Formats: sequence, structure tokens, C-alpha cells
Amino acid sequence: MAWIEKQRYLLDLALSSLLRRRGKNLALVLVFTTIVFVLASIFFFTGSIKREASLVLKGSPEVVVQKLVAGRHDLVPESYLTRISGLPGVKNARGRLWGYYFEPTVGANLTVMVSDADVVRQETMVIGKGVARTFQLQKGQVMRFQCADGTERDFRVAEVLSPESELLASDLVLVSTQDFQRLFGVKKGFYTDLVLEVRNSKETATVAEKIKRLLPDTRPILRSEILRTYEAIFDWRGGLLLFTLGGAALAFIIFAWDKATSLSFEERREIGILKAVGWETSEVIALKTWEGIVVSLTSFLIGTIAAYVHVFVASYVLFEPVLKGWSVLYPQFHLIPFVGPYELVALLFLTVVPYTAATIVPCWRAAIIDPDEVMRL
Amino acid sequence: MILHPAILALSIGSLMTCLMIVYAAFYGVRILRHWDLQSGSESQLMLEKKTHLVSTLMSYVFAYQLCSLFLFIFTADKITPLFVGAMCAAGTLNANGYGYPALLLKIINFILGGVWLIINYTDNRGIDYPLIKKKYQLLLLIAPLIVLEWIFQTGYFLKLSPDIITSCCGSTFGSDGSGLGSAFTVFPIMPMKVIFYATMALTGAFGLVFYLSRNPRAGFIFASMGIGTLMVSVASLISFISVYVYELPTHHCPFCILQREYGYVGYFLYLSLLGGAVGSAGVGTLISARRMQSIQEDLPRILRRLTTATLLCYLLFTGIATARMLLTDFRLEGY
Amino acid sequence: MIVLKHVTKTFNQGNSNEFTALKDLNVILAPNKVTVLTGPSGSGKTTALSIIGAMTKPTSGRVEIFGREITSLPERFLAQVRRTQFGFIFQHFNLIKGITALENVMIPAYPNGEPLGSLRERALSLLELFDLLPKAGSKIDWLSGGEVQRVTIARALINNPKIIIADEPTAHLDSKLSREFMDIMAKLKSEGRTIIIASHDPAVCESEAVDEAIRFRDGQILPSHACV
Repeated sequence: MAWIEKQRYLLDLALSSLLRRRGKNLALVLVFTTIVFVLASIFFFTGSIKREASLVLKGSPEVVVQKLVAGRHDLVPESYLTRISGLPGVKNARGRLWGYYFEPTVGANLTVMVSDADVVRQETMVIGKGVARTFQLQKGQVMRFQCADGTERDFRVAEVLSPESELLASDLVLVSTQDFQRLFGVKKGFYTDLVLEVRNSKETATVAEKIKRLLPDTRPILRSEILRTYEAIFDWRGGLLLFTLGGAALAFIIFAWDKATSLSFEERREIGILKAVGWETSEVIALKTWEGIVVSLTSFLIGTIAAYVHVFVASYVLFEPVLKGWSVLYPQFHLIPFVGPYELVALLFLTVVPYTAATIVPCWRAAIIDPDEVMRL
Repeated sequence: MILHPAILALSIGSLMTCLMIVYAAFYGVRILRHWDLQSGSESQLMLEKKTHLVSTLMSYVFAYQLCSLFLFIFTADKITPLFVGAMCAAGTLNANGYGYPALLLKIINFILGGVWLIINYTDNRGIDYPLIKKKYQLLLLIAPLIVLEWIFQTGYFLKLSPDIITSCCGSTFGSDGSGLGSAFTVFPIMPMKVIFYATMALTGAFGLVFYLSRNPRAGFIFASMGIGTLMVSVASLISFISVYVYELPTHHCPFCILQREYGYVGYFLYLSLLGGAVGSAGVGTLISARRMQSIQEDLPRILRRLTTATLLCYLLFTGIATARMLLTDFRLEGY
Repeated sequence: MIVLKHVTKTFNQGNSNEFTALKDLNVILAPNKVTVLTGPSGSGKTTALSIIGAMTKPTSGRVEIFGREITSLPERFLAQVRRTQFGFIFQHFNLIKGITALENVMIPAYPNGEPLGSLRERALSLLELFDLLPKAGSKIDWLSGGEVQRVTIARALINNPKIIIADEPTAHLDSKLSREFMDIMAKLKSEGRTIIIASHDPAVCESEAVDEAIRFRDGQILPSHACV
């Protein structure tokens, strides 16, 4: 079809025209690619972490019940567990024992927990990778803990948790029930909190309400609420970063606009020649549009691929601190690569759209050059 | 305000589009007041050059409108976990009073923009710019609508906050709710199916008649049916087509069909429907310009192409919907 | 046949540097002839050429090309007229640097969207006509003055126009090349085309190929038809 053939010619001339002004266009592509790279890195990272978090949280308990005294977290007595188990709609209620142990020598906060099935043997522990790294512990080695009653206790490492669990289990230490009670001075018949499942997932809110009415000094926390909070935080952090990039983005737009507006003498002459030999203004606009498309798509492609490599292969080396928060026990892990069409489209909107918008008017200005100007040159 | 990346992207994009259309409208006013094709003066030449700028801006605005319409819905769908009670875009749009109006405006602006581009294309075929006044008058109508859309979209995003409890599609588009959405769901299925297929058939018939006979009256009826077809189709989507897609008699949501688990079938359905709407609106507008001398040569060809495109769009819509209904074991009768 | 009726062209209207290049010009250019517009620089012949070649519109007056009035045509149609009816040869050659001779010749035909195969063939045969085939793939930066001139002529012919417009075509050519140029013009005339040349070069004006000379001075035509 004639229209397709015409676009081919235009694209051909656009490419040759871009290459003829190599310096200027290379600078443009470089700056554009960098911006895309930074934005894409943020998008990919945030998206991937959100996905990981939600996947992991899928396994967390539906409802967690805490006891509050004067607004602060207190231990839950056995009687509460019995009463909650008796509520209709509640399934598999059990108590959890967990707490924080502060290790002063390295300044690290460890999460000490009794595992669900209570399988850890006495005076042994199962530790997370972050703990192993920080205290340089291997299987079979021993670490000394200070108990609440002033005595000391040695725990032998029975196992180190796999790297896949790092995101949530990096600072984890699993012990037996008795060891836990001894370590923290927790009396028998008390739990840190209760976890339960609900028979009908649509009813979680109702069950939470029942628990609150039954035991007014408790606070039931729903998994969906946690998910929501995580999403919001990641979005907020990611968005904040984007916001701060606003200045850089604006500078880029102005840069792009300037490059498009300032035509060299040679470029003006070329457009004049095209008009003189019979090209219409709309055809010159089409030519310039193709140039813009080539520049933006090239930058977008390179920037996105580089960002993919950066985030999923090089583990996001450049931006880690801002998004993960401060912590001594830093989880090391590889993100699961996932890039959806949604992320790409949003990226396109944030980069190619403003660039194209900035270059429309300069592109038109160039295209309306009168042919008879050429006669006088 | 939720600092979701896509929300930022949509806000920036909408702002730029807004500025562009105001810029275009500004020149539109100039053109309407000073246009005089007969004079060869420098100011007239400048105005002719400006029309190119406006055309380029409008093409861009239209392309953006299409993409942003779908990105908007997609984003609303994506942020559902942040709202209590929302399970898809229907819920998030309900989170505050700006959501649905923003969506409605987006759809209207898309259709108007498409019509503008059709008029522009036809106008450019004529030696004396026959449709220029109409074109810019339409532009002056579209511009405030786009500004309004931007206001509503921004308002919607600004007022979004994750703690809002909203309702899911089950209540907005459920039989026990109040409001238009629910009204369609309780409508008995069989009569709805009849109305849908009858409307499509009638539209197709008039389109074919117009294509073959070039009778302007047939064309006008075909075009006016476009609005009716659009509304009947949306109602049918809510009433029974989406139900077949979900294979669940109580799920009527018009937004969930855009999700991946249903093969993104929603995109095909909505795109073809919007295409049909733009096409028939374009046909109607052009027929009213049929007396213009300078486009006599090109007008029949353009009208033919538009009619074909519109008919194809409606055919596609009906085809996909019917295929989805036939290819499933699910039977809606009896509910 | 090209008719100019009461054509006036004023630049920078309303400003302090307002300048009238053509004053109430009336001229009829016969078809299938070689016409030379001659006169000193600043006399308005280049402006007249622009107007004849549909490159610019007159401030007032009417221009007709083969019976069709083009003054009131909007720019997009003017461009189409220019592309299909005219071929241009400019003073400074005005080829696009950095691309090959072949591409330069094909450029005026790009907007027509014809298949690449036939377009290339036509362009190559034109280059062959002017003994430029071996240089078809060379960038024009590497061609000599005479070769560049011939590429320009080939480009002017790519859309098979009825009218050839040349502005000071021999300004950068020696006498031999100038004579060759006029020979080519004569040949084109014999093919049925109309040639209009603006030049103050006596070699052009006094050439045998020329049928008519129109003298310009201060934006108006002089009754005398002598050259220089």
C-alpha cells in the first residue's frame, strides 16, 4: 500500500538524518536512556518486592490477636485462647511465642521464635542466613545468650535456613518452647500472641469483631490489612523517589525541547530543500515525528533492558538503601524477575509521552520553513 | 494521595494533554476569527501553518486519550488491594465521587477526539478547507471537556486514601444494589439478549443499506443508531455477556473482564465497541457536510471506508461476545 | 502556459524594512519553450521565478498554470502541484549532503509512496542519461561541480514534470559546462517540456536554445528583450 511505502521512505530518511547529526543525537539518546534506566529500575524493584512480599504474606496467618495493656503489647493468657477457639467460624487457633533479643556486641536485634510444630531440640537453634553471617556461625557452632534470670545459656546451631527465605527470615532464631520461656522469663500458659484461621474468608472482619467484643483488651489484626499497609508503603517509597526525580525529569524535558528547537543551519537547509522539491508540511512533520520515535524507542529499549539487568542480575546495587530501610542485618537475595505489561506501559507514559509532547511544537516550527528561503540561501 | 507510579504517569500525561488542548483551542479561536482563504496575506499563511500544529496536537491528544483510558482502568484495578471492600476497578472507582465521572469523561473525550480527527482528515481533502469552521467549533467544545476530565481525574487521585471503605462490583453491579448498574443486572436475560441482537442486526442492516445505496437518510439513521448501539452493548455486557465470561451467575462486573484470567477479552470488546462508536459518529457528522463542493470527490470514498470500519467493529464485538457465550458449557437460562 | 496577472510581491509588510520585489507584473509564458528571465541581481527575477514555481504566493494578483488558478490554493495543494508539475534546479544545487546521488534523486518522489523497485529503476536510468551511473552510490560530497549539477537536473526530472525551473544554474560552472547545460535544456524542450531560467549570465541568455528573454529591472519588466 502506498501509505506503508511512504512511511518506509520517511523512516529511511529519518534514520539517515539522525546519523548525519551524530553528536547531538547521541547526547540526546544518552540522557534519555539514563532517565529511563533510573525510572525503570525503581519500577522493577518496587514491583518485584511487592510481589515477593505478597507471595510471602500469603503464608502468614489470617488473623493475629494481640493483648493490649495501656496501649502496649502484653502476653496473652491461655484462657483467651480457649475462649477464642470456641467462637463459631474460628478454625485452628493456637498461641505463638516470639520476641526480640538484643545482642549488644554487634548491636543487632534478633527475632527469637518457637517454630509452629515445636520441632527444635533443647539447647539448639535454627538460625536465618543473616544471623549466620553477622555472627559468623555455622552448623554445629555455639552462641551464648543472656537469659532473663541473669544466667547464660549456650545454643548450638542445628541448621541454617535456606537463602530463599532471607526476605523475612534473615534475623530469625528458632528455639524450643522451654528454651524460649527460660530465655525471656515467660511463664507457662502465656503466649506472645494468638493466630487463627477463619472458615469462611469473607467472614474475617466479622470474626475479628466478635473477638473484640468478647475480649475487649485484645487487638485482632487481619492479613489483608497487613497486605494493604505493605502495598501502601512500597508505593509511597517508590513514589517518593520518583517525585524527587521530578527535577531531573524536568531538566531532561527542557533539554529535549532545546535540542529540538535549535536546528543547525544544515538542518534548516535540508528542510527547505524538501519543501522546495514538493514535500508538504505534514510530510516534513511526519519525518520529524519518525526521528522522535526512533530516538525515544531506542532510549526506552536500552534503558529498560539495562534496568532489568541492574535490578534482577546485579541486585539493584545503586538504590538499595532508600527502599529497604536501615538495618544491620541486611538480607541478601535475588529478586524474582518479573516485568508485566503494566509496568512497561506506565514507564512509557512517564518517559516517551512527555518527551514527545515537548518536541511537538519545535517539530512543527521546523516543518513550516518556507521553500523560497532556500532560494535565497 | 497515593504515590503509585502509574498515577503519577497519568497525572503528568493528563496535565500535558490539557495544556496542549488549551494551546490548540487558543489558536482555534484565532483561526475562527481571522480565517480568510482568499487573502494571500502573511497572517493568513501563518494561520494555515498553525492548522498543521493543531492537527498534530489533536492526533497526539487522541492517541493519548485511548491509551490513558485503558491505563486508568488498569491502574484502578491494580490498586484494589489498598482499599477495604474493593476487589476490582469497580470498587476503586467508587472510592470517591470523582472516579466514575472521570471515567465517563474519558470515554466521551475519546469519542469526540476520534470524530474530530475524521473531520480533520476530510477537511484536508478539500481545496478550500470546507469544514474548517465546524472543526474548530468542535475543538472549542472538546477543550473544556478535557480540562474538566483533568480536574476530575486529579480530584479522584488526590482524594484517594487507602483507608477508605468502598464497595466491590458485587454491590455496584449486583442485583441487590441500587443504581443503574444494578438495574441492568436484574433485567431478565432473554429479552436483553433479544434486544442486543436485534439492535446489532438493525444497525448492520442500515449500515449495509447506506453502503450500497449511499442514501443520506439511511446513513443518518445508521449514525444515530450508533449511540443506541453503544448503550445497548454496555447494558448487555453488564447484563449477560460478562456473566458468560465469568461463568458465575452473580458476577456482572464490566471491569473484571479486562483482567488476565479472562484472557484480556475485555480489551477486545471495549476497543471494538469504542471503534464502532467513533465510526458511526463520524459517519453522521460527515453526512451533514455532504453538500460541500470541494470534497464531493472524496466524500463517498471516505464515507464508505468509515461505514465498513464501523460495521466491522460491531461485528467483531458481537462475534467475540457470541463466541464466548457459545464456547462455554455454562448456561444462563433459568437464573 | 503560465500566466501572471497583476502580481505584486512585498516582503515584511507593515515593517520598517518593507520591500516590494515585484510591482504589478503581467506576463504570459508560452509552453514548450525556453524562456530566460534576465536582469541584475535584486531586479526581482528570482522572486518572479519563486512565484511561477508555486514556491511562494504573491501579495496580490493571480497566477495560472495550464489554466488552473493556483494563488488561492492552500499550501498542501501547492506542494502537490510543485511536486507533480515542476522540476527545480537551484543556484547552489541544494542537494542534501551526506547521502548518495541516487537517494538525492529519489527524494522528491518519496511522498508519492510508489514501490521502491520502480522508483530506483527510474532514478538509475535518469542518472545513466547524464553519465552518472558509476557515481550513483557515491555521497554527493565526493562529486565534482559538473557532476553535482547533473545530479540536480536528474533530481528535477524524477517526477517527470512538464515545467523545469532553473535559478542561476550556470553560476558555478565554467563555459564548457554552461554550454553543456544549455544543450541539455534544449533536449528537454524537444521532449515537450517548458523551461524557465533566471540568469544574468550572457552565456545562457545568448544561447541558441533560448526562445524568449524577459528583462527585469526594479521589479518590473522592461520592454527591451536584449540580454544584459
